[in-house]
Amino acid sequence: MKSQPHRRPDPDALLARAAREDAKRKRGRLKIFLGAAAGVGKTFAMLLDARKKQAEGAKVLVGLVETHGRSETAVLLEGLSLLPPRTLEYQGARLEEFDLDGALAQRRGLILVDELAHTNAPGSRHAKRWQDVEELLEAGIDVFTTLNVQHIESLRDVVGQITGIRVWETVPDTFFDRADEVELVDLPPDELLERLREGKVYVPEQAKHAIENFFRKGNLIALREMSLRRTADRVDSQMQDYREDHAIRQVWPVAERILVCLGPGGQGERLVRAGRRLATALRGEWIAVYVETPALQRLASEERDRILMTLRLAEQLGAETLTLSGPEMSEEIIALAQQRNVTKVVMGRSRRSGWKRWLLGSVVDAVARAARDFDLYLVGGEEPEAGGASASGPEAGQRRGAPGITEMRRSSPRRTRGYPWSLVVTVACTLAGWALLGVLAPSNLIMIYLVGVVFVAARFGLGPSILASILSVAAFDFFFVPPYLTFAVSDTQYLVTFVVMLIVAVVISNLTANVRLQARVAGYRERRASSLYAMTKALIVTRQEEEVIRIATQHIEAEFECRTAILITGEDGRVTKASGSPSSRAPLEADLGVAQWVTDHGQEAGRGTDTLAGSQATYFPIRGSIGVVGVLALAVPNLRRIFVPEQRRLLEAFLTLFAEALERVRLAQKAQSTQVRAETESLRNALLSAISHDLRTPLATIVGASSSLVEDTGRLTPPAKEELSRTIYEEAQRMASLANNILDMARLDAGKVSLNFQWVPLEEIVGSVMARLRRRLEGHPVGVTLAPDLPLVRLDAVMMEQVLVNLLENAAKYTPSGTRIEVAGHQSADGKWLEVTVADRGPGIPEGEAERLFEKFYRVPSQRESAQSGVGLGLAISRAILQAHGGEIEARNRPGGGAEISLRLPLEEGPPVPDPEEAVTKES
Amino acid sequence: MSDLKPVILCIEDDPQIRRFLRTGLGAQGFEFREAETGELGISETAARNPDLVILDLGLPDLEGVEVVKRLREWTNLPILVLSARSLEGEKIAALDAGADDYLTKPFSLGELLARIRVALRHARGGGPDGASVFGVASLKVDLSRRQVLVDGQTVHLTPIEYRLLTALIKHAGMVLTHRQLLKEVWGPNHLQDSHYLRIYMAQLRHKLEADPAQPRFLLTEVGVGYRLAVE
Repeated sequence: MKSQPHRRPDPDALLARAAREDAKRKRGRLKIFLGAAAGVGKTFAMLLDARKKQAEGAKVLVGLVETHGRSETAVLLEGLSLLPPRTLEYQGARLEEFDLDGALAQRRGLILVDELAHTNAPGSRHAKRWQDVEELLEAGIDVFTTLNVQHIESLRDVVGQITGIRVWETVPDTFFDRADEVELVDLPPDELLERLREGKVYVPEQAKHAIENFFRKGNLIALREMSLRRTADRVDSQMQDYREDHAIRQVWPVAERILVCLGPGGQGERLVRAGRRLATALRGEWIAVYVETPALQRLASEERDRILMTLRLAEQLGAETLTLSGPEMSEEIIALAQQRNVTKVVMGRSRRSGWKRWLLGSVVDAVARAARDFDLYLVGGEEPEAGGASASGPEAGQRRGAPGITEMRRSSPRRTRGYPWSLVVTVACTLAGWALLGVLAPSNLIMIYLVGVVFVAARFGLGPSILASILSVAAFDFFFVPPYLTFAVSDTQYLVTFVVMLIVAVVISNLTANVRLQARVAGYRERRASSLYAMTKALIVTRQEEEVIRIATQHIEAEFECRTAILITGEDGRVTKASGSPSSRAPLEADLGVAQWVTDHGQEAGRGTDTLAGSQATYFPIRGSIGVVGVLALAVPNLRRIFVPEQRRLLEAFLTLFAEALERVRLAQKAQSTQVRAETESLRNALLSAISHDLRTPLATIVGASSSLVEDTGRLTPPAKEELSRTIYEEAQRMASLANNILDMARLDAGKVSLNFQWVPLEEIVGSVMARLRRRLEGHPVGVTLAPDLPLVRLDAVMMEQVLVNLLENAAKYTPSGTRIEVAGHQSADGKWLEVTVADRGPGIPEGEAERLFEKFYRVPSQRESAQSGVGLGLAISRAILQAHGGEIEARNRPGGGAEISLRLPLEEGPPVPDPEEAVTKES
Repeated sequence: MSDLKPVILCIEDDPQIRRFLRTGLGAQGFEFREAETGELGISETAARNPDLVILDLGLPDLEGVEVVKRLREWTNLPILVLSARSLEGEKIAALDAGADDYLTKPFSLGELLARIRVALRHARGGGPDGASVFGVASLKVDLSRRQVLVDGQTVHLTPIEYRLLTALIKHAGMVLTHRQLLKEVWGPNHLQDSHYLRIYMAQLRHKLEADPAQPRFLLTEVGVGYRLAVE
């Protein structure tokens, strides 16, 4: 085709191969012993090979081998360790099954599991044995297994056609193709029949029956050919890999792309298998598509389920599956074919035939007309027997057992309501025509009826519109066509009128029905988009993991009308239940075991899937950018709600959104904790520097002054001694208050402070502060103005005293001696707050620093550095204390110069106050 | 003679504080004894029969409150407790258990001496208890006549205000916890209603103090209780 032949290997292909090999290295190796039929000696060959491996030193475990009573096979089992089978009761019968958990627990290097296509008994973890094997492989265990060719999924139809026997137990081709080794165990048909007759395969009576049915020579030859061909195919594809590796490219210049178009009707599976065979033969990729037209949306839900099953089958067989919707099937198919460079289109035979096909056309014809860029393959075959030919095994039964489906109810009440309207409209038209009788010619009067019919067709659909056209013609005939007031028609041309009316009614009602359906489909899409949008919007503003989970749960439950639970995968890969309160009234009890399996394997499990299908809910992995971040458990009353392709896509979109939100929140939390750590670090540094500076300075003074006194040899004068002593005293006081501040801050930061709330008058606190600071405030006149009758305020007196001490000390510290300090207290205008201000006439607060004053270790920059003492914690402590009281504190400059710190404390309803007493004079 | 010197026993584990007290109090004419632990302190008290005990609340072996209780089982001698700031609960517990007064570390020798003087005076049965008239600065209370004068002017008090004042006068110079005052004035049923006390104290201040926001006599010991100034 368009691509030129390369000498170098395609890098993408090499990368894909590298990834595959990488995965393979961790995966166990799978060897399949393939045979044409039972009895060719697969198990025998497998056991021989296993014995060889054991002799080479491999740790071999016989997981499950069915000897069918063949002694030569049984002999080979000797010396190999056997895994005891798991026995379970099912409908009174004791069944023996392969014990998967036991096998996993043994951690052997190689496990033998016979009969790959076997269907497990209900209640097992997986529906099929090949899924058990898959799990073994994923656990890194090598597996030997056996398989008969008729059990390969894509060969099922062919086998059925040749042998006339339907095979129910199948293994997907993808699984078969991924086997690392396939060994063909071949036996010519005559020899097989000989063995059969000798009773080496079955016990004699069984053997006789078998020879007459399945083991006819013709069948055996065909099956043998199939197995040989299939093995040859594998060799071929190995050859292709080899060529890719070695840059031999020209041989396969064109990538074939096959498009399989599925429609309603029973040939879906046949089409899928044909597509698969074609794709394998041509080594192309293949797409299975289903185009849902408005007409198909009206199909019965069983039909839609069948299509769904077919799509799933295609997916299992390695196809990419798509569901499109559009008005015309052929257009969508042609558009898709062009867009994806499809080379071959596979379709079923047209279902329309004869005049219908000629009149209405068929999809096949329409596609055939457009088939310039691709080849068109039509798959023949009769419609298979009705019912569940499409499904296989226990899952099918289960699915059919699902509760009734309630989607898109078609019998709308509007339709039945339409019939009376047909009558009403006809009567109205007749009256209008009667009124206009003199004005309009009879041929134009019919137009009035036409309008009426169009109206009914548009509003009420096909039935009422046909009724309306019949009534109209009758009324027109009765009232306006001579002979009047009879149904007799004198002029045959009115028959034409009747036919035209009928056609118009049918066409218009069909058109409007389609439009309405399209609108409804658009409405569904719109709703899906808007529910996604709603969740996105809700998730964007969340900051908490619990919140994300709650929102996602809520939206998913609302959208899918189900009960859900989200489980979270931790960093260690363990699944845990999400914390926080459940959002729904009846939270789903999720099974942690199933969820863990889903996390480990990254695949869905539970109800409606192949794994652990017995669970109450269906479990979906939630994939983030770095793997599975959680598991969604969904319990829907009707599985269709989540397995219809469009719903599936919606669910996946929900999960992607959720995963993204979760990862975002987690990253944000990580970033925040890093930031907090950095802040703590910088705080610690600030503290250290503050301590080293503010503790060392007074210490240096104390050591210096006291050493002068200690080492004095009588030369210090008494005033000098007193000066030194005073210095020591004052510096020690400074250190004491510093230590207090640092301790307070530490206690407040650690949240260790429990406030001792009491009802206290503000006056009392101010009083004790003034008494405590009497000496420090010398040189600053302090004016205290407290409003009379201030209510009691509930606070921790010790803490609040500290706040006022800090504020007054600051005021004294930062203002020149002799300036006045004002302390004022009053109730706010609305009576809800007690406001206290401490104001000075100092230099004020530098521009823009008002907020920073309350930061820890912040000090107002000043030239008089030495004059300040303290670490810059006083205001930070004050703010912390105020916040603990539900109050506020802020700083601003005063009009007229100076700074003002004001704090607000909430006033609550006071405590019961003692009854006022009468004043009793105490005098003689 | 030395038997005239008051004996002070200091129960304190920190040697530097003991050293400072030894020097300071020794110079002030007290006989000073020391004990490092609570147990030693209790036995020393029994052996030496001191006039006053200074008890640190942060002892390594016993809770301060425990020491106070055990001393109070058999002696009424004045106990002065020392404690760090921000441990108000500890102080109150010690006071309610029977300690007479407290000092917050760090304290000056002057403060300590004032407390000791008051405590010794009370212990000797001197002070306001003996006299029927209590006076400090402009405040004068004649207990026998139930008369209260400020600057020579008679002040009218309600019965509760008067009871509150006399309770403080009885322990003049010493701290009284909220609980002690509530019990004395309102009785044992109102021990939780500390706002009663605060309301009456505020009323009392308005009647007796020149500036109730900067009291001269009725001092608040924040978080602990009240004290009537004596100097």
